[in-house]
Amino acid sequence: MQGFPILSVMLAVPAIAAIACLFLNANGARMLALAATLVDFVLGILLWTNFDIGGAQWQFVEHAPGVFGPFGWSLGIDGFALLLIMLSVFLMPICIGASWRAIDKRVPEYMGLFLLTETLMIGTFAAQDLFLFYVFFEAGLIPMYLIIGIWGGANRIYASYKFFLYTLLGSLLMFIAMLYMARTAGTTSIPALLAYDFPASVQTWLWIAFFASFAVKMPMWPVHTWLPDAHVQAPTAGSVILAGVLLKLGGYGFLRFLLPMFPEASGQLTWLIFALSAVAVIYASLVALVQSDMKKLIAYSSVAHMAIVTIGLYAFNQQGIEGAMIMMLSHGLVSGALFLCVGVIYDRLHTREIARYGGLSINMPKYAVLFLFFTMASIGLPGTSGFVAEFLSLMGTYQVSTWTALLCTTGIILGAAYMLYLYRRVAYGEIKSDEVAAMPDLSSRELWLLAPIAAVTLWMGVYPESFLAPMRKDVTILLQRVDRANPGSDSRPTAGNPALATTHAPEHQAAHGEAH
Amino acid sequence: MILAIVFLPLLAAAIAGFGNKAIGNVPAKVVTTGALFISCALSWPIFIGYLTGANAATVTPVLHWITSGDMVVDWSLRVDSLTAIMLVVITSVSALVHLYSWGYMSEEPDQPRFFAYLCLFTFAMLMLVTADNLVQMFFGWEGVGLASYLLIGFWFRKPSANAAAIKAFVVNRVGDLGFMLGIFGTFLVFKTVSIPEILAAAPTMAGSTIGFLGYRFDTMTVLCLLLFVGAMGKSAQLGLHTWLPDAMEGPTPVSALIHAATMVTAGVFMVCRLSPMFETSPTALGVITVIGAMTCFFAATVGTVQTDIKRVIAYSTCSQLGYMFFAAGVGAYGAAMFHLFTHAFFKALLFLGAGSVIHAMHHEQDMRYYGGLRRHIPLTFWAMMMGTLAITGVGIPALFGNPMAFGFAGFHSKDAIIEVAYAGGSGFAFWAGVIAALLTSFYSWRLMFLTFWGKPRWTGSEHIQHALHDAHGHGHGHGHDDHAHAHAHDAHHHDEAHHNVAHAEDAGDEPHVHGAAHTDVPEGTGGYHPHESPLVMLVPLIILSIGAIAAGFVFHGWFIEPESGESYWKGAIAFNEHLMHSMHGVPVWVKLSATVVMLLGLLTAYLTYIRAPEFPAKFADQFRILYRFLLNKWYFDEIYHFLFVRPAFAIGRFLWHRGDEKTIDRFGPNGVAWLVQLGSKGAARFQTGYLYSYAFVMLIGLTAAVTWAILG
Repeated sequence: MQGFPILSVMLAVPAIAAIACLFLNANGARMLALAATLVDFVLGILLWTNFDIGGAQWQFVEHAPGVFGPFGWSLGIDGFALLLIMLSVFLMPICIGASWRAIDKRVPEYMGLFLLTETLMIGTFAAQDLFLFYVFFEAGLIPMYLIIGIWGGANRIYASYKFFLYTLLGSLLMFIAMLYMARTAGTTSIPALLAYDFPASVQTWLWIAFFASFAVKMPMWPVHTWLPDAHVQAPTAGSVILAGVLLKLGGYGFLRFLLPMFPEASGQLTWLIFALSAVAVIYASLVALVQSDMKKLIAYSSVAHMAIVTIGLYAFNQQGIEGAMIMMLSHGLVSGALFLCVGVIYDRLHTREIARYGGLSINMPKYAVLFLFFTMASIGLPGTSGFVAEFLSLMGTYQVSTWTALLCTTGIILGAAYMLYLYRRVAYGEIKSDEVAAMPDLSSRELWLLAPIAAVTLWMGVYPESFLAPMRKDVTILLQRVDRANPGSDSRPTAGNPALATTHAPEHQAAHGEAH
Repeated sequence: MILAIVFLPLLAAAIAGFGNKAIGNVPAKVVTTGALFISCALSWPIFIGYLTGANAATVTPVLHWITSGDMVVDWSLRVDSLTAIMLVVITSVSALVHLYSWGYMSEEPDQPRFFAYLCLFTFAMLMLVTADNLVQMFFGWEGVGLASYLLIGFWFRKPSANAAAIKAFVVNRVGDLGFMLGIFGTFLVFKTVSIPEILAAAPTMAGSTIGFLGYRFDTMTVLCLLLFVGAMGKSAQLGLHTWLPDAMEGPTPVSALIHAATMVTAGVFMVCRLSPMFETSPTALGVITVIGAMTCFFAATVGTVQTDIKRVIAYSTCSQLGYMFFAAGVGAYGAAMFHLFTHAFFKALLFLGAGSVIHAMHHEQDMRYYGGLRRHIPLTFWAMMMGTLAITGVGIPALFGNPMAFGFAGFHSKDAIIEVAYAGGSGFAFWAGVIAALLTSFYSWRLMFLTFWGKPRWTGSEHIQHALHDAHGHGHGHGHDDHAHAHAHDAHHHDEAHHNVAHAEDAGDEPHVHGAAHTDVPEGTGGYHPHESPLVMLVPLIILSIGAIAAGFVFHGWFIEPESGESYWKGAIAFNEHLMHSMHGVPVWVKLSATVVMLLGLLTAYLTYIRAPEFPAKFADQFRILYRFLLNKWYFDEIYHFLFVRPAFAIGRFLWHRGDEKTIDRFGPNGVAWLVQLGSKGAARFQTGYLYSYAFVMLIGLTAAVTWAILG
C-alpha cells in the first residue's frame, strides 16, 4: 500500500459519484450510489487489513502543503479514525439499500447528497489539519440539513431549523478557538497541536469553545432537543446516518481535541461532564419510557447511550476510553439498525405511532427476531456489542467516581424498561388491526440490510478484540498525554489487614446500614 | 467433553430456532432433546469422577473475549466439584423437562421456538456455572435472564404473560446493577476479574476500607454486598422477589426448569462459588443470613393462602431459596449446595406434577376447582406425593438408638440447614427456618389435600366448562386458545397494563378475595373425566421421584459430612469442617424440631382441609386483615407500583413536557426564533435563509482564516 493515496481515493470515489449521480435517472443513480459505496467499503477493508496495529501512530499519511493556500491537504489516520471510517463505509451501502424504494422523488439529488455525506464524514475522520477538519466537520452537516429539509416528514422545516440553530453557536465558538490555537501554536497540523501545551488558564476557554460544538453533536443534555425532532423528520436512511455516524463526530471531537489538547481543563471540568452525563442517562431514559413515537423513543435512547460515551472518555483510564469508543461503534450499529427496523414497518403502515402496531411476531416472525436482537443489543445484553461498550465504560467510570457509576448504571434498568416496553407493544400481543395483519414479513432486500449489522454486532460482542486491538496503542498514547490531569479515584482502598478478618470494625455497622 | 456439554445445547437451539417451520416440529424436538440427553450423559461421569475423587479441577480455554488495559477476560470453562453438581442438576432436569414438554406442549403450534428457548436457556446456565471469571458469569447470568424473559412471555398474545416477562427482566436488572457495580469494585480492588485470583487475594484485603458514594466502608463488605444484590435479584430474595410468582405465566415445564430447579438457584451458586470472598466479611454474611431467613419466612406465609397451584409452588421455591441463603450466611456452603441439589429434584418434580394436574384439568390452575383427583390420575398423585414427602422433610432422625438417619431428600438437606443455623449461632435464622418448615409442611399438604382428596369441585371451573363445551363441538385443537382466554376474567386489569411496564396482573387474586376457601365452590365433576398424562410426561415424573426419594440419603456424605465433604469439595467452596462437626453436636430438641413441626403442619392441614373443610373460610373471615395481607403477598407489588412504576412514568412525562418542551426548547431554539421574528418580517424569510446564512458564516470564517494565515 506504500505510496497509494488510499484515503484520498476513498474521498474521491463518492465525491465523483455524487456529481455523476446528478446526470443520471433514478435507477442509474441508485445503482451508481450503491456501487460507489461498495467500492468505498472494499477500500475500507483494504485500509483495515493494511493498518499496522501497534505500528506508527499516524498511518496512510498524505501531505500536500499549500494545496489550499496556507493550510494543506493533510490526511492520516490512527486507530480511532480507522474504526470510525470503517463504521461509516459499512453503514453507507446499507443506507443506500434502505432508500432503494422508500425514496421516489428527486432520487439523483438524494443519492448525490448521501455520497457527499460519505466523503465529508471520511474527510472529518481522516483530516490532519485543523482547518481541513473544520471544513469537513461543518460541511458534513449541510447535506443532512438538505436530506431532512427536502425528503423529511411534515414538520421537517422546524426540525432542520433546530438542528441548524444548535449547531451554529457551537461552530462559531469552535472556529474562534481554532484561530486562536493556530496563531498561538503557529501550526495547523493536528499531530503537532496534540503535543502542544497551552497554558492552563487558556485551556479552560478553549475547552469550553470546543465543548460547545461537540456537546451539541453528541448530543449532551441539555442541548439534545434537536435530535428527537431531527430523527422523527428524517427519512429512514437519514436517521441511520445521523445516529450511526454524525453523532460520532461529537465523540471523535472529544477524543481528538478536548482530551489530548486541553488535558488540564479536562481534568478540572470532569465533574461537569459527569454531572451532565448522569442527568442525561436518567432524564433521557425516563423520557424515552413515555414516548409514543418509535423514532423519538430511539432518539432519546441515543441521548442516554451517548452519555455513557462521555463518562467513559472522562474516566481517564483504558477501560473507560476503550469502552466509550466501542460504545460509539456499537451505538452506530445498533441504533442504526433500530432505525432501519422502524423504517421497515413505517414503509408498510406509514406511521411511527407505537399504538398502531401490535402482534407483529405473528405475521412478521423474521422481523420480530431481528428487532428483538437489536433491542437486546441496545439493552446491553452480554454477547452483543452493547454489553462490551457499557461494561467497559462504566467500569472505567467506577474507577474514578462511584456516584457517577451508580447513577449511570441505572441506565441498564431503565434501558431494559423502555426498550422491552417498546418491543412488547410492537411485537407482542394480538394483531392490532387488519392493516397490521396485512403487513408482509421482511423482504430479502430488508433482510440483507439488517443481517450484516446483526452479524457485526454479535462479532463485536463475542470477540471485541478485533475492534479493541487497532485502538489500544492510541488509547495508551492518549492516556500518557492526559495522565497528569487525572482527577484520581474516589475509592482509594487501603491495604488489608488479614488479622482483622473476623472482628467487627465500626465500618461494618455502617456498611450494614447502607445495604438496607 | 465439557465443550460438548456446553455447546451442544447452543447448537441445538440454533438449529431448532432458525430451522423452525422449515424443519418442522419433530426434528426440532429430536435435535434439542437429543442434545440435552447427550449433555446429561456426559455430565454424570464427570460428577461421579469428583465423587470418587478421581477428577481434579480443570479450566478449558475457549476464546479471548475482552482485553482492556489490566482487565483480561477470556471465554473459558471451569469444572470443579462445585460446577460438577450444577452440571448434573442442569442437564438432568433440562433433559427431563425437554422430554416432558413433548407431551405438555403437544398442542402448541409453535413448538420449535419453545424447544429452542429451552436449549438456549440451558446453554446460558451452563456458561454461568462453568465461568472462571466474573464477567463470563455475568454473561450466563444475563443469558438465562433473556431465556427466562422469552419463556415467561412464550404465549406472547397474552398481556399478563408479557407483563410478567418484562417484570422479570427489569427486576432482575435491579439486581444486575448491584452485580455490575460489584464486578467494577472487585476489579478496582484486585485488578482482576478472574475468580480464582480474586478468591486467593480476598483474605489479604480483610479489614481494609474503601470509598463508596462518598463514605468509607469495609472493602470486602461493600464488594460482597454489591454482588449479593445481584444474587438477590436472580434468586428472588425478599425485596427483589416480586417477579418470581408472576413468572408462573410461562408454560409449566419452564417453571420447573428455570423458576425452580436451575436459574433461581444461580444466586446461591454465586455465593458458594465466591464463598472464600464472602468469608472475609462477617457483616455481609450476617446480611445474607438475615435476608435469607426473612425470605424463607415471608414466602412460606404467603404460600399458605394462595389458590393457584403454581403460585403455591413458586412461593415455596422462594422460601426454599431463603433456606439456602441463610445456610450460606452461617458458613455452611456445603449445606446450601446440598439443599440446592435435592431441591432441584423435588421441586422440579412438584412443578412437573402440577403441570400434569393442570394438563388433566384442562388448564385449570385454581386448586379450589380441584379435589378428589387421587383416583383419576394416580401416577401423578404418587409422584406429587413423593415430592411432598421430600419437601416437607419426612424421615427418621438418627436419634434414640437409630444408627443412621434415613428419609426423603428434603429431610437430609433442610434439616441439616436448620441444625447448622443453630450450630452457627444464628438463632434468628434457626427460628425462621423452623417456623418456615411448619408452614412448608402446612401449605404442601394443603396443596395435596385440596387437589387429590375430598370431593371433586370441578364443575365451577370455567376451563372445565369450556372443555365440556368443546367436547360436543369440535373436540381438540383449542390448546393454545385456552391460554389466551384463561385469563379473560382479568380483563379489568389489562387496560391498566397498557400504561405501565412492570406492573403484572396477578391472575385471579383480586376477584376472589371474598371466595377465600373452597367451600363455597360447588361440588361435582360436571361430567368431566380427567385423563392421566401420556408416557413422555410420566417418565420424567418417575425419574424425578427417584431423585426426590434418594438424592438426600445417597449424597449427604459428600456434601455435608465433615471428612468426606472436605475431600469432595477440595477447596471449591469455603467448606467449614468445624461447623459441620458442630452441626452433629446440637441438642436433641434442635434435631427433632424440624421433624416435629413437619408433623404439626401435616396435622393442621389434615384437620383443616380434610376433617373440617369449612374451617379455613371461617378462619379467613375471622382474621380478615391478616388473610388479605397474606393473600396480597404483603402488598409488595402495590407498594412497588406506587413507589417506582408510576413515578417513573410520571417523571418521564414531566421531564418531556416541562423539561424538554416548556423549558429547553422554549428558552432555546424557540426563544431564539421568537426573537428573530420580532426583528424580521416573519418566519418564512428566516427559515428559507438559514442554510445560506450558514454557508455564509462558514465562508466568512474561512476567508478570515486564510487571511490570517497569509498575513500572520
